Amino acid sequence: MKNLLLVAYLDIKESLRSKWFYVYALVFGGLMALFFVAGISDSVVMGFTGLSRLLLVFIQVTIIILPIFILITTVKSISGDRESNVLEYMLSFPISLTHYYWGKMLGRFLTVFLPVIFALILGIVFGIIKGGNLPWAMISLYSALLFAMCFVFLGIAFFVSTVVKSSDIAVGSSFMIWIILLAFIDIALIGLMLQGRASDGLIITIALLNPIEVFRIGAISLFDPELTVIGPVAYYLLDTLGAKLLMIYSIFYPIILGLIFSFMGYITFKKKDLL
Amino acid sequence: MLVSAKNVSKKFLGVNVLDDVSLDINQGDRIAMMGPNGAGKTTLIRAFLGFYHIDGGKIEVNGFDPIKDRVKVLQNISFIPQLPPPIKISLDEMISFITKSSNISKEMIFEESEKMELNLKKNLHKQFFKLSGGMKQKLLIAIALSKKSSLLVFDEPTANLDPKAREHFYRLLQELDENCSTLFITHRLDEIKELVNRQVYMDLGKIVEDEKV
Repeated sequence: MKNLLLVAYLDIKESLRSKWFYVYALVFGGLMALFFVAGISDSVVMGFTGLSRLLLVFIQVTIIILPIFILITTVKSISGDRESNVLEYMLSFPISLTHYYWGKMLGRFLTVFLPVIFALILGIVFGIIKGGNLPWAMISLYSALLFAMCFVFLGIAFFVSTVVKSSDIAVGSSFMIWIILLAFIDIALIGLMLQGRASDGLIITIALLNPIEVFRIGAISLFDPELTVIGPVAYYLLDTLGAKLLMIYSIFYPIILGLIFSFMGYITFKKKDLL
Repeated sequence: MLVSAKNVSKKFLGVNVLDDVSLDINQGDRIAMMGPNGAGKTTLIRAFLGFYHIDGGKIEVNGFDPIKDRVKVLQNISFIPQLPPPIKISLDEMISFITKSSNISKEMIFEESEKMELNLKKNLHKQFFKLSGGMKQKLLIAIALSKKSSLLVFDEPTANLDPKAREHFYRLLQELDENCSTLFITHRLDEIKELVNRQVYMDLGKIVEDEKV
């Protein structure tokens, strides 16, 4: 355990010195500040205003930016160290692969999750300054959704990082994953529906297997419990799962998926050649 | 016996990189391992260090399997790679990682660094990859020597060192405990001739010559 925390600590230290971390933190913190400066919290769209309106815009940004940021910055974690021979040297010391892998993952999770949470806290602070009631339940659930989203993409990134030997291929693969998942939010699904080759049930199942879509539905349901934004599918989802179960699914499905990918990465790391 | 490799084979993409290799390393052996590029020298060493899952044969280091008991195996091996890796943490953090994971005292690393004429205190907060090639290699040597392992594995360790630093390094190796074993991968036998008592030649994944000198 001591070594696991040591690896996590060193990974955090390394990340804090990297330019990508500052860009990443600036994107989220800066956007939140920009939304306020631009008066997004004062505008009214679909009846939302104040902090709720701000969070709604933040969701749109998060859906696009967060997965690719996590994938790109994390996917090189092990494959990059392997390519540059850092892994060869660091693992020539008596440290177990279990401690190394999970330590790296813990360190990287904190690095990708904290700036997002910090941006959210920044939003809350702005909200407090502006006055009015803060939607604490919404903020807590939204934090849980962000946690789940970070975790699933971190798991996928670590899996790719251990399976792929070259960091260039790892980055390319992460782009592919991101584009496919984004496409299956709307465009690809609409295409399938229009062709009429897939049943409605199958299309909804595909959508609900996509962690980006799950985050989107979960986050939207915080603001719009009837899910009117997503159209008639809302009736099917709410009738089948119910609002409570849908929220539980939105939080726990990505976490479980992230765990599955992280374990697959861990097994690959242990069972395959390290270099 | 410190290391026992019996009929070890390893393939990469269908090519035999290690082909039925058997090698024993005993206490006090000072080995120079030579051979052309692609002969399998680095692969064999990496298999000793538990980086590769071998396809056939058996490797034991101090009686332990490098894959199943990697922590126990690596407690008694020090390794210096051919080129210092671009580690992005500071020297202070790196030393902290090594002292905590390998139970070496910080003072010991400082002491060995001084012997290598490396001013560690002055550079503690610098990132490792920002040091000059020679300084990096000196630090890796100091760390390897301070670990007091029973086997020191060097993959062309003096490639980045100037003549004076090489001299220091070779002098420190002469001071090693006589029970300590060393394994050098080298292309320059003339430089370490005085430091070895055994020469192993590899070619095309096989050991073609193994002689005591």
